[in-house]
Amino acid sequence: MNWIAIGVTLKLATLTAVILLVIGMPIAYWVSFSRWRWKFLIESVVALPLVLPPTVLGFYILVAIGPHSPLGQLYTGIVGSPLPFTFQGLLFASILYSLPFAVQPFATAFDQVDRKLIEASWTLGASKLKTFFKLIIPLSTAGLVTGVVLSFAHTLGEFGVVLMVGGNIEGETRTVSIDIYDEVQALNYAGAGKTAFFLLVVSYAVLLMVYAVNRKVWAIWPQK
Amino acid sequence: MAAEVAIDITKTFPGRLPISAVLTYRLEHATSLVLFGPSGSGKTTVLRSIAGLEWPERGTIRFISRTWLDTRSRIRVSPQERRIGYMPQDYALFPSYTVVGNIGYGLGELSSSDRKKRVDELVDLFQLRGFEDARPTELSGGQQQRVALARAVAPRPQLLLLDEPLSALDAPTRVRLRGELRSLLKQLALPSMIVTHDWTEALTLGDMIAVMGDGRVLQVGSPQDVFSRPKNADVAQIVGVETVIQGHVIEQANGLATVRVNGTTLRGLGSDEIGSSVFVCIRAEDVVLEQTGSGITSARNHLVGKVSTIIPHGVMVQVKIECGFPLVAMVTRGALEDLSLTVGSSVIAAMKAGAVHLVPRT
Repeated sequence: MNWIAIGVTLKLATLTAVILLVIGMPIAYWVSFSRWRWKFLIESVVALPLVLPPTVLGFYILVAIGPHSPLGQLYTGIVGSPLPFTFQGLLFASILYSLPFAVQPFATAFDQVDRKLIEASWTLGASKLKTFFKLIIPLSTAGLVTGVVLSFAHTLGEFGVVLMVGGNIEGETRTVSIDIYDEVQALNYAGAGKTAFFLLVVSYAVLLMVYAVNRKVWAIWPQK
Repeated sequence: MAAEVAIDITKTFPGRLPISAVLTYRLEHATSLVLFGPSGSGKTTVLRSIAGLEWPERGTIRFISRTWLDTRSRIRVSPQERRIGYMPQDYALFPSYTVVGNIGYGLGELSSSDRKKRVDELVDLFQLRGFEDARPTELSGGQQQRVALARAVAPRPQLLLLDEPLSALDAPTRVRLRGELRSLLKQLALPSMIVTHDWTEALTLGDMIAVMGDGRVLQVGSPQDVFSRPKNADVAQIVGVETVIQGHVIEQANGLATVRVNGTTLRGLGSDEIGSSVFVCIRAEDVVLEQTGSGITSARNHLVGKVSTIIPHGVMVQVKIECGFPLVAMVTRGALEDLSLTVGSSVIAAMKAGAVHLVPRT
């Protein structure tokens, strides 16, 4: 088993999930609460990675962060080295790629919070931000856990985007799924099998967690 | 500037009559204004606009010296800044907080010891001792209502807004809690505005009543005024009870209460205690007119009086009788002719005890 690839993958998936928790919540809040008539335009953009072939997404990201693009030049100007084929570039791509897996469960959870509770909180003097942290988040934990876990799991299995943006650099951008592909190409089925099984077990465990949380197996108090 | 709330707002919802409400309410210690009207009359919208939860397209809301809303000069004060206590229809208790957590929710600005003290005070006042750590779902309807009220008043608001405070309860509890809610409101010594569609609630809770219909405020006055002297046919139809008069219970036996009203005694169904003050409410169509000198009937109340006015209402005729208090009866034209009633003639007004509604008024 390629432990280096497993390490890279877990680090990538964890960072992606944590960053998506932070940036996904405000996006989901906006999606859930905005009454803007053209909201669906943004919602569709957020959902785009669900239907776009990973290679297409990967291609655009590669172009967008490449040395000839403004974004790429800005990054190179600040950090001193280009973004493509680095772990940071791969992380950036993963965040975009898994965005809907975080934002959609978050937004669904926020949608389910009774607006009357939110109004009651406002009349009690709690600002919108305070209401978000004191009321909406505690009532949305199941959706937040689901979003984080799904974006983690989705990042574990990404292949096309990694190949396009990250390449295949040992210890930097070679993830488990690339490693399995390499092993198969080298006709090392035993090695590929072990790593594949590892990925299967991790993915299954992660999904078990999502379903358990949503069935409230561990619910501490009865919720409405 | 006078201590009053002045509202003049227009709000349109698609597919409904526009709500166009004008209302001025003088704030006094512990007085309640009831917004009374059928569902769809716009009373909840008015209340929510005062709370800052609904934004009328046009108009102004002023509270004492502050302007909360002025669409022309684009003033929109947020609900957070209005310092009001608001209790929505189904209470909206926070499911993730305990009773104590709910009550203390709006006390974020206090130090933790002050907050604890204030919450403790309210737990006692609202009889929630022993339920401090319960979740809202573990409470009865009446307890939930008390928690919601305690939560709303905890930050010492300047005005209390209650939307159908009793409608989430089952019927027997509702009757029991009507009087309780009124005495709580009196103890809190806060001006309040209460929305209800139930006339018994309006009479129990309101010091003043604003009758709403079709999105407009039709009449504002004391309960007796609004019920007994409706300004027009619309108000009369909405209130639906023509005679409302204050009395005292003087006798009580097996759920049948005898009430003294201006020297006349009446019997009505009610288990109010002797000495307690009640509103006696009688619908005009429940009053039967008889010629003087007729025999015994099953009706418990026979009041001798004189006809003071006769007003035709379509096929019916409204007859006002002076029998110690003004009593309104509604009879057919035929009945009027058979009894050969004219203004000044003597008549007996009979009512079954069940038609004499007693609304406690402490």
